[in-house]
Amino acid sequence: MDLSSLDLRAIGAWFHNLLMGTGMSAMLVQFIESLVGALLLLIFGLTLVIFLIWLERKLAGRIQDRLGPNRVGPYGLMQTMADALKLLTKEDVTPFDADRVTYNLAPALAVFHVIMALAVIPFADQVIAADINVGVLYLMAVGAIGSMAALMAGWASNNKYALIGGFRVVAQLLSYEIPLVLAMLIPVLVTGTMRMNGLARAQGDYLGLGWFVWTLPLAFIIFFIASLAEVERAPFDLLEAESEIVAGYNIEYSGMKFAWFFLAFFMNSWVLAAIGATIFLGGWQGPFVDQIPALGVIYFFAKSLFLFVVQAWVRTTFPRLRIDQMMSFCWKFLVPMALVLFGFVAIILKLHLPSPWEGIILLLSNVAILLVGLSFLGRSQRKAVYASKRAFTPTIPRM
Amino acid sequence: MLQQYGLIGLLALIAIAFPFVTVGFTWLIRPKRPDPIKNSTYECGLETIGDTWVQFRAQYYLFALIFVVFDIEAMFLFPFAVAFNSVGLFAVIEAILFIVMLAMGLVYAWKKKAMEWQ
Amino acid sequence: MVQQVVFILIAIFTLGMALGTVISRKLFHAALFLVGTFAGVAILYVLLEAEFLAVSQVIVYIGAIATLIVFAIMLSRSMMDKESGAVNKQWWAAAGGSVLLFAALALLLSKVPFATTSAAVPDDTIAKIGSQFVGVYVIPFEVVSVLLLVAMIGAIMLARERHG
Repeated sequence: MDLSSLDLRAIGAWFHNLLMGTGMSAMLVQFIESLVGALLLLIFGLTLVIFLIWLERKLAGRIQDRLGPNRVGPYGLMQTMADALKLLTKEDVTPFDADRVTYNLAPALAVFHVIMALAVIPFADQVIAADINVGVLYLMAVGAIGSMAALMAGWASNNKYALIGGFRVVAQLLSYEIPLVLAMLIPVLVTGTMRMNGLARAQGDYLGLGWFVWTLPLAFIIFFIASLAEVERAPFDLLEAESEIVAGYNIEYSGMKFAWFFLAFFMNSWVLAAIGATIFLGGWQGPFVDQIPALGVIYFFAKSLFLFVVQAWVRTTFPRLRIDQMMSFCWKFLVPMALVLFGFVAIILKLHLPSPWEGIILLLSNVAILLVGLSFLGRSQRKAVYASKRAFTPTIPRM
Repeated sequence: MLQQYGLIGLLALIAIAFPFVTVGFTWLIRPKRPDPIKNSTYECGLETIGDTWVQFRAQYYLFALIFVVFDIEAMFLFPFAVAFNSVGLFAVIEAILFIVMLAMGLVYAWKKKAMEWQ
Repeated sequence: MVQQVVFILIAIFTLGMALGTVISRKLFHAALFLVGTFAGVAILYVLLEAEFLAVSQVIVYIGAIATLIVFAIMLSRSMMDKESGAVNKQWWAAAGGSVLLFAALALLLSKVPFATTSAAVPDDTIAKIGSQFVGVYVIPFEVVSVLLLVAMIGAIMLARERHG
């Protein structure tokens, strides 16, 4: 069998020819293709989430020395299905003084924004629903709708906890959007394209050493930390801090509407992992991907699931930050470092160094900026610890 | 180009309709037994005291304002990053000047202790 | 043909949302209608094949400015103040003024000779915008940064909590 014919694009071409063969007009064919593509993305997203929830629960169980789900189906695989069925039949409680329209719109918008993000994710070379010119900015735009959904839910529930959750949305999601975007800006600067497929394609050199995670490690670190905050995972889960504000903005939701927030949370996690995999880990790039294009799908899922697992790992290991620590960390550490990095990368690229040297110099500058940043962080931390010690040490009365 | 946005448009229609369809479907099979206690505001079983709305700190608003400024800055930097390969060194200095201006705003906020959570 | 149908639908949607912004009785709902209006305008930009403008519209207007407005409403007003009443005694004057403004704008726009071309939209529009930011339009570009700086300092001065 010819391995090079193992290609997802071939399925698309076959479907196109099949439709054209029926003698329909080109426009109708295009409409049907788009509709099928959109439906496939939706179904893909929903099935993926069922798997992701199982994966995270199993993983969290193992990390915290528990078994995790193990009753329904082999290895507890059907647990999520059972939960989904339960949520489908649950009573839907709407608090009597909630703002009904906004209250019902919020979970729909939360799902809407994660499903929309799937449209620009390249699963393999050119296997992407819409490879638009403004891919990276498109992701930023749909992300903006997500924070709006959380704000709406927080306001419309007419609940103090939900409202506090809504305010924390602004504090956290908006603040961390800035380092996230600045970190995504740097690979765009290197490649000169905002197309997601183009960004993955640009990382094919030197058998994986061309991935931006090697040449721009600092940008990746900033991206990853900011993405943890964007998906509301510990140590940044102040939006739904159980011990303070019960569940945050989705406290009043029950039944299917709660399920939609839950689904949006997990899918958003994976979407950010997939963006990270595409922009920094080479996306579908890997050995022999040019000969056998279908391998790209495997590489892409391996990388995105790896990042998802790291997110889950961080979530189960770290304690929650305080709100002042969270805000300072964003505005006083991540944002300045991202801005400095942008300037350095721009200057280094304009020196037009020969190919391997450019990467090495970029790597060194990244490490240098990170070390300088960390030393500043350490110094201010020591100062803060010293100050708090002085404040809390009781003065011993003189004898 | 519009073909790709056609797909995105269809996806948008499906993605916004789908949650409503499922919630509508559950309306058919789920129990509906509202009562005043169940529908009251959930505050861990305690009775709600006073109005939901209480005075919140204005500092949240300050962060939102700083966010707007940096958001617009990023919007300006993206086209520059895409055009980066075709512009000269002088253009790079211009872009860095642009960033330095905003970094000054950040330094100002820092010095004025606007970013300390009090 | 399809494009025209989509345009008409989107135009109706945008106008409906704009009307909702004006006549909605709850301030929060007015803000949400405003978000809808912005989204409609963004779709119109997509129909004009101005991708960058469309995403900027969503990111800046929905992601930043509308969020700010919604947020200001949440900060300053309780949800329990149900009817804030968008319509007062001067509504007919405002409506008349709006109609006059619309007529004047329509007249003006129909008189302006817009440069048009039948050529397709070039593929690298964003790169062109970017190189013109640091080329022809470098002064406005830098002035924008000063403007943003001033806005930020002003925001800090106004919104900072004063102690003592």
